[in-house]
Amino acid sequence: MSEKTSGLQERARLKEFCKHPKNESSVIPLLQLVQEREGYIPAQAVRAIAQYTGVREAQVYGVATFYAQFRFQPRGKHIIRLCQGTACHVQGADSILDHLKEKLAVEEGGTTEDGLFTLEVVRCLGCCSLAPVMMIDDSTYGRLTRRAVDKILAEYRKEEK
Amino acid sequence: MSRVAEVQVGMASCGIAAGAEPVFQFLAQNLAEEKVRVKPVGCLGMCFSEPLVAVVTEDGERFVYGPVDVKKAERILTEHVRGGTPVEDLLAKGDGFFTKQVRIVLENCGMIDPTSIDEYISRGGYEALQKVLREMTPAEVIEEITKSGLRGRGGAGFPTGTKWSFAAKEKDPIKFVVCNGDEGDPGAFMDRSVLEGDPHRVIEGMIIAGYAIGAREGIVYVRAEYPLAVRRVRQAIAAAEARGFLGNNILGSSFSFRITVKEGAGAFVCGEETALIASVEGKRGMPRRRPPYPAQHGLWGHPTVINNVETLANVPWIIRHGWEAFARYGTEKSKGTKVFALAGKVRHSGLVEIPMGLTLGELVLEVGGGIPKEKAFKAVQIGGPSGGCLPASLAHVPVDYESLKEHGAIMGSGGLIVMDEDTCMVEVARFFLDFTQKESCGKCTFCRVGTKRMLEILSGIVEGKGRPEDLDVLMDLGQKVKTYSLCGLGQTAPNPVLTTLRYFRDEYEAHVREKRCPARVCRALLTYHIEPELCRGCKLCTKACPVGAIEQGPGKFQVIREEKCIRCGRCREVCPFGAISVR
Repeated sequence: MSEKTSGLQERARLKEFCKHPKNESSVIPLLQLVQEREGYIPAQAVRAIAQYTGVREAQVYGVATFYAQFRFQPRGKHIIRLCQGTACHVQGADSILDHLKEKLAVEEGGTTEDGLFTLEVVRCLGCCSLAPVMMIDDSTYGRLTRRAVDKILAEYRKEEK
Repeated sequence: MSRVAEVQVGMASCGIAAGAEPVFQFLAQNLAEEKVRVKPVGCLGMCFSEPLVAVVTEDGERFVYGPVDVKKAERILTEHVRGGTPVEDLLAKGDGFFTKQVRIVLENCGMIDPTSIDEYISRGGYEALQKVLREMTPAEVIEEITKSGLRGRGGAGFPTGTKWSFAAKEKDPIKFVVCNGDEGDPGAFMDRSVLEGDPHRVIEGMIIAGYAIGAREGIVYVRAEYPLAVRRVRQAIAAAEARGFLGNNILGSSFSFRITVKEGAGAFVCGEETALIASVEGKRGMPRRRPPYPAQHGLWGHPTVINNVETLANVPWIIRHGWEAFARYGTEKSKGTKVFALAGKVRHSGLVEIPMGLTLGELVLEVGGGIPKEKAFKAVQIGGPSGGCLPASLAHVPVDYESLKEHGAIMGSGGLIVMDEDTCMVEVARFFLDFTQKESCGKCTFCRVGTKRMLEILSGIVEGKGRPEDLDVLMDLGQKVKTYSLCGLGQTAPNPVLTTLRYFRDEYEAHVREKRCPARVCRALLTYHIEPELCRGCKLCTKACPVGAIEQGPGKFQVIREEKCIRCGRCREVCPFGAISVR
């Protein structure tokens, strides 16, 4: 990234930060804001949040690593969140996970080589009656089978082309 | 036959996931020119036959169809909405699902358009708030709630009125009401459904709580994993502000109250009240010692009442109908109703609300419609990962705080997972412990290290490396983790292990001594085998096997090479003749 674009980003970021009070209580909302915009938490964002809120950088980092939501690596274009909640587990989500890993050739938390998908495992999406369930970005897919997963992935791939 | 007045489509997260969107679009487009209103509603509760469409006549008669796709919607449109004859064969089948339910918290859920404040008002919404502001003193409100016997629906069951009275006694001019919507239990979706389907009810409950304790500020803490719930709550707050139910001098009184939304960031422990406070303050969500309780010393040091979504959703109903009406339901010590998210191996998975005191058996076999595929009912996990596994032999136990605790489980927030004969209890215990172990914040040694050691032992057992002494070590360690942990997470984390050890010890013994998994779940303990007399030699299994472990046998049939097999079970799924057996 060139100096100029990062400078611009920095300014845009600050503008959005201003909607939040300049204190500790803004740390989590700001981390959420950065992640929503950029897909992950870059190191310089931790610094910017620390400066803005007046909280030490180490503490911001401590908060960010405590919560499951935050990531420190860029992610794929589409985020697959496979539910491993109780209902999904009882209904065989494990075999769906194996299948996804095989199809995408990634481990949990990994991003495919083409940068199209990141595979994540979450604890409960709250759609237990449709178990097994996964979300791709904001869309939820239920009653998954291996074949259904193939079909869904193929649709996303087709869209890309 | 009276005319059709309204068509409702269940559009909560799970309805949308099941495909309600195209059905809604289809109906809305086709009925745009007609007098029939098409509206999106929240969760109807019958998740087992989603997507759901309800047709309501002018007399208020209601026909629920499901599962509905666009094709079926077309029939409902021509035959019922336009033709006036209900389509019998498409009606959702849920015999007995509603018979024993009592709907207080869910009275509007799935009936009203959650984005419309007018619909909420037309069903008695904000009446309780008006009554409270015009006719009652804060002390009277607290007395009403106390008398009703309402207890915290988040799990612990602390009396709500008492909690409010503690905060009300404090002299601090700054106080807070926090709505706990950090529904982190895997297998629970009650709070999501209420927030998505009837958000104003929770807002009204919060305003009343604020009036009762003298707070001017409220915070709704919702999981970020529930984007629709977050959106609905924000909409509801804006609508309530526009009508003067929130803001300065509410309804002309001297009482002012504001509500903001905070999104959780994915930490189960934040459902614990002191951890939740830390999280709202912008810190790592770690619990602290109590006392002082949040009601005296909470958010930023000010008195704070933290109530669960469902608890608050009960409040407007109690004020409107009076404490006696509420206390009529339930048992001596557990009043009112409880919402459960029924899931797992049960026919009617969905959202149900039952009067306290109904037995587990009635809940699973009647409301839940029993176990699908003629399998045997084995156990229920009640109370999420902090709860316990109760066996089918305890089906007579009534659902109330004390009875469940007596048998080693807890009420919890309302997740209820049904298990059948195909579920391995050791593996389930390992699953729950794996969850709580990862979610342990790491503050207390026993919770941090103890759960880790327990998990290692359990993982060993399901992998066939269990030793006979493991079971006693698990019991001992489990008790210690419970005793020496600060917060609810550690104090309850061993429950699934301890209850399964108590009620299903023989299954543990089979794993440890015979290296056998009776439910045939634990992969390391299984062997796959092809029955020569059933195999037709079609080779589908050979093609499906990811590791090439299936070969041509001496005859026509195939054989599995034990040493190569990874026990993924794919051959068994594809075999059209049922020739592959598991031992």
